[in-house]
Amino acid sequence: MSDRPRPTPRPAPHPGPDSPSTPAATATATARPASASGALVYAPAPESRAVVSLRPAYGLFIDGEFTEPGEQTMTTVNPADEEALAEVATATEADLDRAVAAARRAFDGVWSRTSPSERGKYLYRISRIIQDRARELAVLESLDNGKPIKETRDVDIPLAAAHFFYYAGWADKLPFALPGVPAPRPLGVAAQVIPWNFPLLMLAWKIAPALAAGNTVVLKPAETTPLTALVFAEICQEAGLPPGVVNIVTGAGATGRALVAHPGVDKVAFTGSTGVGREIARTVAGTRKRVTLELGGKGANIVYADAALDQAVEGIVTGIFFNQGHVCCAGSRLLVQESVAEEVLHRLKERMARLRLGDPLDKNTDIGAVNSSAQLARIQDLARTGREEGGEEWSPSCELPSRGYWFAPTVFTGITQAHRIAREEIFGPVLSVLTFRTPQEAVEKANNTPYGLSAGIWSEKGSRVLWTADRLRAGVIWANTFNKFDPASPFGGYRESGYGREGGRHGLEAYLNG
Amino acid sequence: MADTATAPDPAPASPGPEPRRLAVRKTYKLYVGGAFPRSESGRSIPVNSAEGAHLAHAARASRKDARDAVVAARAAFGPWAARTAQLRGQILYRIAEMMEGRHAHFVQETVDAQGVSEATAQDIVSAAIDRWVYYAGWTDKIAQVLGTSNPVSGPFENSSAPQPTGVVAVLAPQDSPLLGLVSVVAPVIAAGNTAIVVASERAPLPAIALAEALATSDLPGGVVNILTGRTAEIAPTLAAHADVNALDLSGAGDLATELESAAAATLTRVLRREPSPDWHALPGLARITPFLETKTVWQAVGR
Amino acid sequence: MPDTATPAPAPLSPAGGNAALRALLDGLPGVDEAGVHARVADLATRSVKTTAKAHAIDLAIRMVDLTTLEGADTPGKVRALCAKALLPDPADRTVPPVAAVCVYPDLVPVAARALGSTPVGIASVATSFPAGRAPLEAKLLDTRYAVAGGATEIDMVIDRGAFLAGDHRKVYDEIVAVKEACARPDGPPAHLKVILETGELASYDDVRRASWLAMYAGADFIKTSTGKVAPAATPAVTLIMLQAVRDFRAATGRQVGVKPAGGIRTTKDALRNLVMVNETVGPDWLDPRWFRFGASSLLNDLLMQRAKLTTGTYPGPDYYSAD
Repeated sequence: MSDRPRPTPRPAPHPGPDSPSTPAATATATARPASASGALVYAPAPESRAVVSLRPAYGLFIDGEFTEPGEQTMTTVNPADEEALAEVATATEADLDRAVAAARRAFDGVWSRTSPSERGKYLYRISRIIQDRARELAVLESLDNGKPIKETRDVDIPLAAAHFFYYAGWADKLPFALPGVPAPRPLGVAAQVIPWNFPLLMLAWKIAPALAAGNTVVLKPAETTPLTALVFAEICQEAGLPPGVVNIVTGAGATGRALVAHPGVDKVAFTGSTGVGREIARTVAGTRKRVTLELGGKGANIVYADAALDQAVEGIVTGIFFNQGHVCCAGSRLLVQESVAEEVLHRLKERMARLRLGDPLDKNTDIGAVNSSAQLARIQDLARTGREEGGEEWSPSCELPSRGYWFAPTVFTGITQAHRIAREEIFGPVLSVLTFRTPQEAVEKANNTPYGLSAGIWSEKGSRVLWTADRLRAGVIWANTFNKFDPASPFGGYRESGYGREGGRHGLEAYLNG
Repeated sequence: MADTATAPDPAPASPGPEPRRLAVRKTYKLYVGGAFPRSESGRSIPVNSAEGAHLAHAARASRKDARDAVVAARAAFGPWAARTAQLRGQILYRIAEMMEGRHAHFVQETVDAQGVSEATAQDIVSAAIDRWVYYAGWTDKIAQVLGTSNPVSGPFENSSAPQPTGVVAVLAPQDSPLLGLVSVVAPVIAAGNTAIVVASERAPLPAIALAEALATSDLPGGVVNILTGRTAEIAPTLAAHADVNALDLSGAGDLATELESAAAATLTRVLRREPSPDWHALPGLARITPFLETKTVWQAVGR
Repeated sequence: MPDTATPAPAPLSPAGGNAALRALLDGLPGVDEAGVHARVADLATRSVKTTAKAHAIDLAIRMVDLTTLEGADTPGKVRALCAKALLPDPADRTVPPVAAVCVYPDLVPVAARALGSTPVGIASVATSFPAGRAPLEAKLLDTRYAVAGGATEIDMVIDRGAFLAGDHRKVYDEIVAVKEACARPDGPPAHLKVILETGELASYDDVRRASWLAMYAGADFIKTSTGKVAPAATPAVTLIMLQAVRDFRAATGRQVGVKPAGGIRTTKDALRNLVMVNETVGPDWLDPRWFRFGASSLLNDLLMQRAKLTTGTYPGPDYYSAD
């Protein structure tokens, strides 16, 4: 260990009788005494990629088997370095016909005849296999998505396993799922289209309740993050799940549109942008298809003057910088009471300066890569708009890697409700700061958006928290915390944030008929 | 009523034939924001009985009237949702009381509108009144039945409660102008929403009779707004209106797909129509849940 | 709601009686327990390996107040402790000495003879450690005795009874009096560490209030615990105290040190503490002048981990002195 630092040369490492410099004396002389030791520099701590074995190309997973990749493929890249990871098939309409037919056969022939408790046992198995392969899935998710390993390892993958475990237990308790409905029935074949921000977790949110309720599924992962879904297909094989119960079809927007519009599906579940959600709502109009939509948001994070400020600052950081801000329920609008705005901003900036951006596989990375060049362009475009509209932009000094898609954590001050960046979902690590004077004004500003997915409240006064929560038009409200998720907790929005809930007992309503 | 039936005859018949008293006819108007305006368009539609006899003119609401009704419903929403659940129940029960007091009138309206026998009309009116009683009892139980306490992993109290979605546009059933109407309106407001109701196009008069009962109950103005006229004219405005949160397509007929598609623009919640609803059946929660949002609140727990 | 969440500019010596002092402390921002625990858990995931670990281990060794506080302590035990403090690993002279030894007042002269003019400090607990249940006169006598015997640092305990009873003024006045007793006619005063005994306080809000109270009263260091009460130095408490010294310096310009004591036994514990220092108050505190570990068994674990890094193999505990 030749590069090992030597102990600091001595004199005394502390002030004693021999030393004229007492802490008080030093501090009086200079408010920030120079450090003898310097910052603790964390050495690189990369998680090993060896745990992942990728195939060069992936076909579709239909009727329990992987197809040959075929002619039409797309390349999925690592957004942290733009290296190609694998080739993935683009499903054609004929592929979708086969997938939907396989799901229908499995629904009619196998799954609806499988006893509820046996269905549950398959889900328990899947949950266990996800736990067994947790590190592999975490690394793969990090590679394909660009998010930090500490998030895939501590959030995405454990929560995905937890979702299957939770809904496994519902499979034989469905008579308790819908009040007043003693014998609910599954809907049939569910078409599920999921986004790229939490690839495996969103898959779990979709597939676990669908299967527990007795449906079969055709799921399309996002164009840029298909890999963990394809490993999930292997997990279904490993679990011995009957062929056709889960089908995974990869592709881009056109594949998703075709799947949603397929006449053979009974149910559509989508998580993604409000724009696409609208399109889907139009597509299913006049059909028998049931639909649930988890769409965009512009969450307000309200910080009252009596908040526990250090924890509020943590909550602000978690609210907007978790997963690079690629979170539909992100707290992208900070509403801070004017009397503490300056202090909160000061603390926030100090805290942001300690965020570590870089290699997603490094265990000490807080901010990873933006998922795609397209998303990066959108973030850059909106940030430019923020500047042009007079917002004051601030980012900690932070070196962005030369390859890959990166955006530094950013905060905009001097923002009002009229600014575009305070109204539009950015889906990136960009926080808009607004102030308010009274609780009434906080609520009015928080609700002044067509969205209604999430909100945060920071206050040490219980009654004020409840008063505020009662008035916020949002499906998920976090009081003195933010961006927490749990399989038992229903998630979903008001208004243009979509409809239906995922998670908890409520999540079953989307997959059952009364 | 019993009192009237047993009362002695009033003053003895007058000696000479007096001119027969000319009946005062009712003008059927819209019901918006607690008032009974005519359509701003000044238009009306003739209303005939089931047998084809002319009964009255009803206001023909315009798109502007529909937008005004949305404004009234939005203004009423906050205060209505903020009423205690039991008070909402008391008010719904009061509506039942008001209808009971006008039982005979509703029976007559129903006979005229539906061409049914008086006995059948009696059943229909009784069922409609009982439906209010049914939903009056739901108001303070919805949250208990549908709400959940969620056992999340971590130091958090987490619970989910149903909340009204907001302003609901209701296309009332075309063929059940009283019982069907009450069956679609009562659950919407029981849950704390406010409503804009497009009455049965062919038989709108029972809806206006209901409006009169609502106006004399303790229901705040704007909680229920009733429009009469051409469904095809008003419904698209309501379906596409960005300040309408949900749409009940019960009376949409052939317009259903077009309206559902229009509602998609702002992700308006849509309750599709049932093929052949039995309005006499016990409704359960089926017409309440489509107009609810689930609000989940996480609270950090600590000393 | 308070106008501002942090009392600023904060007077160094708050005037007024108990009520004014309480109002001042109650005006501090609250501490949310779940949030603190979440932050601690997040920081605990930091990976400090290879070169960073080697650097951190040496820093941690230099921050140790090597402690023996037993009824059975003897001059022989203290001499052995002093020898270890000066030369923690006789087999590897590149290992730096620790910051100080920490002993009871009656053994201070023994330590003073053993350490002489070496850079290792002599800390003494005083003020009727650990309970602090003695009259002020006795506490001051205790302090003066230790200072006269050669203590360069005094680790006093606050009157937790008075604090919990709401008599913050009494706690404050005692610290001021002990601080005065730290004066030395022939040199700089002994350095005052104020032990909050956080395991006996009611809440994390109290930890923050007691920290500010001690700093207002002139503490050079705030210290978590005596080591005689469980829980002692939990990461959460240390984090809150780090935030307090950070905010206090921002408000007053005066920098105060932090000493977690009790329960820190492994290198992993120590590294987690250093990560908290690094990411809460930054490099200004990453120095034995501003951050100490009150510990005894920690040192041997640091030595073993250091040897593992140097030699590549993990030595057994019998290769290090049990003193």
